[in-house]
Amino acid sequence: MKHTISVLLQNRPGVLSRVTGLFSGRGFNIESLSVAPTLEADISCLTLVTTGDDAIVEQITKQLHKLIDVIKVTDISETDYVEREMALVRVKAEPSTRAEILRITDIFRGKVVDVSPRSFAVEVTGTCDKVKAMIDLLRPIGIQEIIRTGTIAMTRASKKF
Amino acid sequence: MKITGAQAWLKCLEEQNVDTVFGFPGGAVIDLYDEILAQDKITHVLVRHEQAAVHAADAYARVIGDVGVALVTSGPGATNTVTGIASAYLDSIPIVVFTGQVPTGLIGNDAFQEVDIVGITRPCTKHNYLVKDPNQLVSTIREAFHIARTGRPGPVLVDLPKDVMAAKISFPEPKPVKMRTYQPTYEPHPGQVEKACRAIMKAKKPVFYIGGGVIASKAHDELTELARKMDIPVTMTLMGLGGFPGTDPLSMGMLGMHGTYYSNMAVANCDLLVSVGARFDDRVTGRIDAFAPHAKIIHIDIDPTSISKNVRVDIPIVADCKHALAGMNNWFDRCKEIDLAAEKEKHEPWLKQIKDWKVEHPLGYVEETDIIKPQFVVQKLHELTQGDAIITTEVGQNQMWAAQFYHFNHPRAFMTSGGLGVMGYGFPAAIGAQMAAPDRTVIDIAGDGSIQMNIQEMATAMQYKLPVKIAILNNNFLGMVRQWQELFYDKKYSATPLDVAPDFVALAKAYGAVGLRATKPSEVEPVIKEALATKNLVVMDFVIAREEGVYPMVPAGKATTEMLLV
Ligand SMILES: Cc1ncc(C[n+]2csc(CCOP(=O)(O)OP(=O)(O)O)c2C)c(N)n1
Repeated sequence: MKHTISVLLQNRPGVLSRVTGLFSGRGFNIESLSVAPTLEADISCLTLVTTGDDAIVEQITKQLHKLIDVIKVTDISETDYVEREMALVRVKAEPSTRAEILRITDIFRGKVVDVSPRSFAVEVTGTCDKVKAMIDLLRPIGIQEIIRTGTIAMTRASKKF
Repeated sequence: MKITGAQAWLKCLEEQNVDTVFGFPGGAVIDLYDEILAQDKITHVLVRHEQAAVHAADAYARVIGDVGVALVTSGPGATNTVTGIASAYLDSIPIVVFTGQVPTGLIGNDAFQEVDIVGITRPCTKHNYLVKDPNQLVSTIREAFHIARTGRPGPVLVDLPKDVMAAKISFPEPKPVKMRTYQPTYEPHPGQVEKACRAIMKAKKPVFYIGGGVIASKAHDELTELARKMDIPVTMTLMGLGGFPGTDPLSMGMLGMHGTYYSNMAVANCDLLVSVGARFDDRVTGRIDAFAPHAKIIHIDIDPTSISKNVRVDIPIVADCKHALAGMNNWFDRCKEIDLAAEKEKHEPWLKQIKDWKVEHPLGYVEETDIIKPQFVVQKLHELTQGDAIITTEVGQNQMWAAQFYHFNHPRAFMTSGGLGVMGYGFPAAIGAQMAAPDRTVIDIAGDGSIQMNIQEMATAMQYKLPVKIAILNNNFLGMVRQWQELFYDKKYSATPLDVAPDFVALAKAYGAVGLRATKPSEVEPVIKEALATKNLVVMDFVIAREEGVYPMVPAGKATTEMLLV
């Protein structure tokens, strides 16, 4: 099962390698990982997507929590949450396919961010599934390059007053 | 008033009540050594290899029940500590290792004797630091000691660039360390304590399975009280030996691969397994699905990652073992519904069953009259020291025979590299233990292979007049590996015969120590007696039955009931 885990950590040198070292050393998967500072400059939020059965994910969250620089670990997928990923996709653009690329981009509410005589670069944002769906549609046209950010996620705020 | 980083370092050690540092100098740490020379509160023990400094600090920590300290230089000095640090990590031993580092301006330049020791030791330390800002030096050292000694203890490394040691700083006032990201749970959840106690009351065939956590948390008395109060038999891991009196009728000795028949049978048949400060290591559990298959499992551990890691636990208690056991004792003492006499009576058939197993297959060996059996040597060591010595071991058969036949009645008397299994641990550990307990008898039970891995430390023992006793169980083999080859590789003894070996008696003499040899069973006792009466480093060379095996043995990956017996 896929899990999205959010880790708040002290922004210290080497902290990222503590996290990645933990995953490689213990044979856990990382599907994607993204990290950037939070409101507090010395604290970063790291979002990672991993797969594993319940026992493995339990170990992952406990082991992450055990790292001295880690403040908080949340298995976001256990909560009601929103997730987003962004991708930049460079597609081969022939006169015959340009319209099709623009149509697909439009359907996914993407944007063309770079144009050259032979290619378009398209930006798309959404859930991991949405990004994947658009990539799948563009693939037959001829994708030259894909850069994805990895998932970021946030638990939804309580709807109660 | 400003002081140098090196002076601040020394003040920090004093603040932490450090009285002994095991180390080896080099260019990057001369500033620290300069300060050591200028004072007399802290004793520096000059080892002959940095690995030994760490093992010595590890054993020192185990004896005193607080943090041990090692100091080495950058580059090769630092890399030589890695085995010792990894061993302390797997055994959860609190040590702080200080490594010298090239000046901050040179870091990353492949400077002379530069290694990224923080990167190298990241996966085998509880935490580690590179101090780049001299003003962070003192707070970092305070944090390092705090992390090493609290929670699940472990090694912490602090890397000290040379210019940080020379920088002028002001020494901040001592204050308690508070860390936002690190707050171990000491107190058990009362609801979980009650659940555990009720499970114990329900059980007909309970077993205590205890590990190094009982010793780390100094929970020996609480555990003994609880086991005796309820008449619950106790089995111990290698790291747990001494956590419960080994000669108590409720003791079943060690469990697992080379555990006693009755321990493994008891675990396989119990209806409640109470695990205290143990981590269900594969050497203990054997084939995991056959481990305690009929039992409800209670697991007390301060480290949440240990719980439900290998075996599903029914009642987890995340807490310091001492606090959790005290809580349970307390609950039983105040419980109105419980009739202790009836509880004990309820366990009688179970204890009778265990007694029968003990009679069926006691721990033993085939005695011989003309050749020395290693088990006999350990028994004699136990007898002639009244079970009161501090025993360290090397790794292999010697380690298992020591664990099986020296019955430890007290915690902090048995030091072995349990998790990592480092050949070469025992002798430096004996040096560390003897520094911590100058008046105790300290014996390293060794193999002829392992002892050669840190034999250079004879010079250290001589220099500090440490009357350590080394008992070499000399089988001219890398015995434990040979045993596996005998049992599982058709007796193909590839690379295990030690065809060339030093004359250990002559070698001892070369260092100014005493060398003694026994080749017949009748010589064992006189040799031990003479060694114990000698106030010097003594090497006892016991020429033992070459192909003696350690039994019982559970072959790797088998169920623990599938034991090969004597
Ligand atoms: C540093 C290290 N290298 C290799 C091993 C693998 N090993 C485990 S036991 C053993 C044999 C030990 O031989 P010896 O010290 O003579 O003890 P014996 O088993 O004969 O008592 C070896 C090689 C180890 N545990 N540690």
